[in-house]
Amino acid sequence: MKTAIEKTLCLCLAALFCVFAVSCHGKRESSEFVIPREFDEAQEYSITFWAKNDTNKTQVEIYHKAIAEFEELYPNIKVNLRLYTDYGKIYNDVITNISTDTTPNVCITYPDHIATYRTGKDVVVPLNDLMNDKEYGLGGKRVKFDSPTMSEIVPQFLEECSFSGAYYALPFMRSTEACYINKTYVEKLGYTLPEQLTWDFVWEVSQKAAQKDSDGIYAVNGQKVMIPMIYKSTDNMMIQMLKQQGAGYSDEYGNVLIFNETTEEILKTVAENTAAGAFSTFKISSYPANFLNAGQCVFAIDSTAGATWMGTDAPLCDISEEKIIKFETAVMPIPQFDPQNPCMISQGPSVCIFNKKDPGEVMASWLFTQYLLTNSVQLSYSSTEGYVPVTIKAQSSDEYKDYLSRAGEDNEYYYDIKIRASKLLLDNVEHTFVTPVFNGSASLRDAAGQMIENVTKSVRRKENVDEDYYKALYDDVKALHRLDSAGLSGGKVKLGKLPEASRALIICLVAVWVLIIAYRIYDAVKKLRK
Amino acid sequence: MKKITSLMLALMLAMSLASCGEKANDVETQGETENQVETEVETETETEAETETEAEAETETEEADVMTYEEYAAAEIDSPVVIDAYVQGKQSWWDNKATVYAQDEDGAYFIYEMACSEEDYEKLTVGTAIKVTGHKAEWSGEVEIVDATFEIIEGNYVAEPVDVTSLLASKELINHQNKLASFKGMTVDAINYKNEEPGDDIYLTLSKDGESYDFCVEIYLTGEDSEVYKTVGELAVGDIVDVEGFLYWYEGVNPHITSVVKLEA
Repeated sequence: MKTAIEKTLCLCLAALFCVFAVSCHGKRESSEFVIPREFDEAQEYSITFWAKNDTNKTQVEIYHKAIAEFEELYPNIKVNLRLYTDYGKIYNDVITNISTDTTPNVCITYPDHIATYRTGKDVVVPLNDLMNDKEYGLGGKRVKFDSPTMSEIVPQFLEECSFSGAYYALPFMRSTEACYINKTYVEKLGYTLPEQLTWDFVWEVSQKAAQKDSDGIYAVNGQKVMIPMIYKSTDNMMIQMLKQQGAGYSDEYGNVLIFNETTEEILKTVAENTAAGAFSTFKISSYPANFLNAGQCVFAIDSTAGATWMGTDAPLCDISEEKIIKFETAVMPIPQFDPQNPCMISQGPSVCIFNKKDPGEVMASWLFTQYLLTNSVQLSYSSTEGYVPVTIKAQSSDEYKDYLSRAGEDNEYYYDIKIRASKLLLDNVEHTFVTPVFNGSASLRDAAGQMIENVTKSVRRKENVDEDYYKALYDDVKALHRLDSAGLSGGKVKLGKLPEASRALIICLVAVWVLIIAYRIYDAVKKLRK
Repeated sequence: MKKITSLMLALMLAMSLASCGEKANDVETQGETENQVETEVETETETEAETETEAEAETETEEADVMTYEEYAAAEIDSPVVIDAYVQGKQSWWDNKATVYAQDEDGAYFIYEMACSEEDYEKLTVGTAIKVTGHKAEWSGEVEIVDATFEIIEGNYVAEPVDVTSLLASKELINHQNKLASFKGMTVDAINYKNEEPGDDIYLTLSKDGESYDFCVEIYLTGEDSEVYKTVGELAVGDIVDVEGFLYWYEGVNPHITSVVKLEA
C-alpha cells in the first residue's frame, strides 16, 4: 500500500514538473533584435506601415507614392499601408496589438506613446546599431537610395527620439504651435501687434474683443458669436505656459511636478478670461479655424500643421463659403511670458519599428523607415502643411529654398499662411523644447490639458471656482490619471492577475501537500492501531 | 523515497515562487498587464459611474425635475439638464464613456460620452428608456448633452423616421436636430472615403432640387461591416437613393446615415 501511494505521488510530481517546465517556456519568445550580416533580397517580406494623416488627401497620396517608389527599389518588400487620422487611435490599436503580437512593423507615433509600448521587453527596436551600421545604416553603402547620414538629421529633432539611453524612433516631420491672428480685428480694437506676442497682450485684446451690446452683438464683428481666443491643444497650452515660467511639469525620472502654484495661477488666469467671455477651447467649442475664418475669433492657437485651414483663402475649410469673412491673417509664435527668451513646443510625427522574430523583416522595416527620410518624401510631405523637413539635407536643398521663397503665389501649394507657419518653426528651432518621455508621460499630458478644460467648463457653468475647487481638481485629476505616486515610471507597478499556469501550479502544490499530510496521518493511525 | 519526494516538492515550490514573482517583462505578460490595469481602472470607474448614477438619481428626485423637450430646448448652453428619453442609436463606447442618440415623442438628444460601463452599454438597446443628467453644450452647431450620467428606467419607445426631405433647405430643419430622419429621392453627387479608402468615415454629397447637402457614414455609428457602409461604398455618382439617419449637425446639417436604399433609375 505504502509503495503504491509513494509511486502515485512520484508520478503526480513528475507530471507536474513537466507541466511546469512547459508553462515556464511561455507562449512566445521575445528576443532582442540583432542586425543580420546581410539583408536577403531573395527573401519576400511583407511589412505593415501604420501612418497618420491630417485628413489631407495629398498626404495620403504621398504615402502611396513613397511606398511605390520604395517597392520598386526593393521588389522583395511589400509595404501594406493602414491610415489613421488620429494619434490616439494609433496608440490604442498598438497597445491592443502588443498583447496579441500583431503590432505593425513601422508606425508613426509620438515618443510619449513609445515609452508605453516599451514597457514590454524588446517590443520596440532600439535604433542605435541600425543607424550606425556602415552597410545598411543611415547613409549606408548598401542602401539603394540617397539616405541621409546621421549628421544630416536636424540634431534637435533626432534627440527628441532618444530616451532611456537609446534612439527608439526617427523623426518624420516637425511642427510647433502658432497663433493665427485676425490682424484686422486687432487693429480695429485699437491695438498694434507687437514684435513678440505676450500673454498680457493677448488677454487684454481678447477681453476687449469680448465686449458686446445689450442685444448680445459684439462690437468688433457685429455678430452674436465671438470667442476672442481659442486654444486647440490645452495640454500644450499648460505645458508651454509652465515651461515659459520655469515651473515644474515633470522630470526624466517620471516625477510629476505639475501640481504647483504656477499651475494654479495659470488656471486662475484661464478662469478669469473664460468668465470675461475671452477664452474657450477646441473641446468645448470647436476647431479654432472655423471661428477664425467666420470672423468669430481673434487669436486661434493651433499646430503649424493646421495652417492650411487658417485664413480667408485657406485651401481647406469646413465652414460654408457665405460664412467666411475677409480679414488679414498674421502668423506669430505663441504668446510668451518672457519675450526675450521665447519657448515653444516641438511636436510632430516620429517613426518607430516594432521587433519581429525574423531579423530580416526588421531590416526591411528599417530600410523603409529610412526611405521616409529621403528628400523626395521629406519635401513633398512637409509642403502639405506647415511642417518642416527633419533633415538638413532636405532643408538646405534648392527645391525647398525655392518653395519657401514663393509664399503666396497661389492658395494651394504656395499658400502664404502655410509657408509662413513653416518659416516660424525654422526660425525658432533653438527655442523649441520637448517634455521628458517616460512610461506614464502620456497620462500626465492628458492631465495637463484636462485641468484647463475642467476650469473652463466650470466657469461657463457658473460653478464656484475657488481655492477648494482647485484642491479638489488636483485630487480628481491625480486619481483619474493615476498620478498619485511621486514618480510614475518608478511607481508601484500593478502586475495583474497571476498567469493561469502559475495558478494551476499553486493549486497542484497545495493538493500534493494535502495528500502528503493525509498520508502521514493515515500512516500514524495505522502504526497506533498496531 | 521520501527524501526524493521532499526534494522535488521543495524544488517545485522554489521554482513556482520564482515564476510567480517574475516581473511583467515579456511582451505577452506586458500585454496582459496593460489589459489588467485597464480592467482595474474600468472597474473602478464603473463603480464610480454606478455610484454617481445612483447618487445623481437620488439627488435628482429631490432637487431637479425632469425636463420636457420644450424646456430642454429652451435651456441655455452650459446649463444643467435632466431628461427622460429612449435610446435610438448607439455611436460608440470607449473608456467607460458612451455616445448615443436618444429621442422621445417631442424631440431628440445627442448624448456625448456619458459615463457608462461596458456592461450597461450592452443594455442600451434601441427603445430603452433612460434618465440622463448632464449639461447642455453646443459644438459646431450640434446641441448635445455632455458630462452626463444616466440610469435605465421603465418604458420603451422606438421612433419612426420623420421625413424631412421637404425641409432640407428650410430653417425649420434644425428643430428636428438629432432625430431619426428620412430623405427621399436624393441624387448622389460625390462619395469620398475620409482616408481615400475603406476603413474610416465616408463623406457623401447628396442633392435635391439643385441644392447639395453633406451626409456622413460615421464608422463608429455603423461599423465597417454594416450593410449601409458597404452599400454606400458601392454607390455611383448619379444614383438615386432613399436614406435614413440621425440629423447630426457640423457647421450645418450633416446627417449620419444608418441605412440607404438605391432606387431604380
